[in-house]
Amino acid sequence: MSCNCSCSKSDLSLLNETLEHYAAIPGSLITILQKAQGIYGYLPADVLNYIAEKTGIPAAKVFGVATFYTQFRFKPVGKYLIMLCQGTACHVNGSLMLEKTIFDTLGIKDGETTEDGLFTLKNVACLGCCSLSPVMMINDETYGSLTPQKVREIIARLKDEALKEAAE
Amino acid sequence: MITVKVGQGSCGISAGAGKVFNSLKNIIQEKNINANLSVTGCIGMCYLEPIVDIYNDETLTARLVRVSENDSESIAAYLTDGDVSKIENLLLSDEDRVFLDSQTRIALNGCGVINPEEIDDYIASGGYSALKRALIEMTPESVIEEIKISGLAGRGGAGFPTWFKWNAARSSQGEEKYLICNADEGDPGAFMDRAVIESNPHNLIEGMLIGAYAIGAKEAIVYVRAEYPLAIIRLERAIEQSKEKGIVGDNIFGTEFSCSFRIKAGAGAFVCGEETALIESLEGSRGMPRLKPPFPAQSGYWRKPSNINNVETFANVSWIIRNGGEEFAKLGTPDSKGTKVFAITGKIKRGGLVEVPMGKKLSDVIFDIGGGMKTDKSYKCVQLGGPSGGCIPADMQDTEIDYKKLSATGAIMGSGGMVVMDESTCMVGMARFFLDFTAKESCGKCTHCRIGTKRLLEILDRICKGEGKEGDIELLEETCNEIKAGALCGLGQTAPNPVLTTIKYYRDEYEAHINEKRCPARECIDLVKYTINEDKCIGCSLCSKKCPVGAISGEIKKKFTIDTAVCIKCGQCMDACRFGAVEKK
Repeated sequence: MSCNCSCSKSDLSLLNETLEHYAAIPGSLITILQKAQGIYGYLPADVLNYIAEKTGIPAAKVFGVATFYTQFRFKPVGKYLIMLCQGTACHVNGSLMLEKTIFDTLGIKDGETTEDGLFTLKNVACLGCCSLSPVMMINDETYGSLTPQKVREIIARLKDEALKEAAE
Repeated sequence: MITVKVGQGSCGISAGAGKVFNSLKNIIQEKNINANLSVTGCIGMCYLEPIVDIYNDETLTARLVRVSENDSESIAAYLTDGDVSKIENLLLSDEDRVFLDSQTRIALNGCGVINPEEIDDYIASGGYSALKRALIEMTPESVIEEIKISGLAGRGGAGFPTWFKWNAARSSQGEEKYLICNADEGDPGAFMDRAVIESNPHNLIEGMLIGAYAIGAKEAIVYVRAEYPLAIIRLERAIEQSKEKGIVGDNIFGTEFSCSFRIKAGAGAFVCGEETALIESLEGSRGMPRLKPPFPAQSGYWRKPSNINNVETFANVSWIIRNGGEEFAKLGTPDSKGTKVFAITGKIKRGGLVEVPMGKKLSDVIFDIGGGMKTDKSYKCVQLGGPSGGCIPADMQDTEIDYKKLSATGAIMGSGGMVVMDESTCMVGMARFFLDFTAKESCGKCTHCRIGTKRLLEILDRICKGEGKEGDIELLEETCNEIKAGALCGLGQTAPNPVLTTIKYYRDEYEAHINEKRCPARECIDLVKYTINEDKCIGCSLCSKKCPVGAISGEIKKKFTIDTAVCIKCGQCMDACRFGAVEKK
């Protein structure tokens, strides 16, 4: 059956090894979803349906569990995933101002990705680096003691890097 | 033998400890220096990271702070010729030494000293001797009795006696029992559990195995937040090493006791810190709490008797078995025994992890250890217990750290997040911040929490925007009390605490927002305006250049003004002005 919507056609075979290992172990749905997100970068609808089919767990439950937890996402993320800490210490030290700076600079709000596919913003609860607050994490790098000015500089630098990479 | 230890907990690494480690590694190799380079966890002085400790055999000879990769040359020089002048500027100051010297470390024992990636380091420091003693010399009942004597209570927040839970699980019928560790540390501002796992994972494993022996469990599970990747890696490694040594698995220390051990990574849901929600999540479902009773001790994971304790609780267990319950009970107050770990953050000068005996005053922690405010503004309050807790104002800073005394203020001990605030923090905004969190994290199962937190948030939103109405405070209080009485689980029942405590102690701030449309802390963006102080402005035009919306006008060398109708209150002018002429009113 084919459809005309923009839903993805994922390579489902990538998931077979995980499913073979976990499908029969009760209580493994979250682990399977985590592995799937590790493979695809997000959880496409066809992957969720495939998990339901192979594990015998109703699709409603698979979608229900996936949407319950904040770790799971249903859209691809940008090249740079900005995780902006909104923990108490960061809040007290000005994280809302940083969120606004990111919006002013990139035009994205929590959960959105820039049109060029470079940046995704995700607000997260406490990254646990409270003494460096306010903090954000971009891919694996943590940036601490931030100010709006520093955030603008970091974004500009990453943009430059991406442009250079693209040119090469 | 000289050993150089680089503190590599999460905060050390984010401050650059990895780079420091690599540059030291290179230079030690290059110059052929006779010194071991090793990894250690978090000593708790997060504000001084990256930290490098230099040991001569077992003796600490130098503790270097705020080290950068550029310092490796001078450190190498010190290592070769012992010339202290090379590293003088990096040495821990006497003032900062107080931070560590004022603590009593039981749960954090070994953190920042031993290598969390090497089981032999843990064993050499006396590790696993408590487990051996429990298994060989003690019955499960006498282990529970020892914990009872110690007075250890749950460190995750509720403060329930640990022995009672263990005893209930032990007494439950059934062969199959589970011991679960709650490492789903979700309170924003709390990171002690992460530090324990990253810095001394074997201490957690030992405490859990003793607990498993006491209740009769054959399987132990740690439920860790997925946001703690380093903690998961270190714990996995520790479990592997324990298996190789025969400490985890069948017939531990040659006894009849067998216990397997595994990790389950959470997927990001604050409510999973509630024990029955955590069990649902372990079973692969949405993390929604169950109705209690039955309690997990009767019917928990896969409906079998289960016992759940927090990381810090388990981290105390091996010390208690090694030193005896009575020693532990000597510390603290009549109601609260032992020590408590706090994560102090916010507007504090020396932020990090602190372990103090119960009975210390809040002011001891905030001022003597934390060094007071890092800003020039005065101390306003401390927020304890995260979204389930409350704010304790400055005039109650002599309150003792004790479960009952803290609860009497309207806050709770909680898991130990201690966020210090100065007068620039708006208390209505603070309540709004926490309700925004709980409303998002409410699982949706019960009406009181799902809808109640949302309504509270709407009212607080309105007040912060200057659209508060007369009667809003009473409406907040009424809604709070309804939620407390009606919510299914701890998350909902405690969600109103931040609102109730701020109303209790800072009612005047609520009234100023509602009646005068004014934010006394000048934090609520809709209620402040930026102006330029004519006396201070020298007409440099920097603010006007920075303004993204062209709201600032004026002539060079004359006074500039802000058009408040155009101003978007981004604050860039204030950051830019070098003369403090831009003011927030």
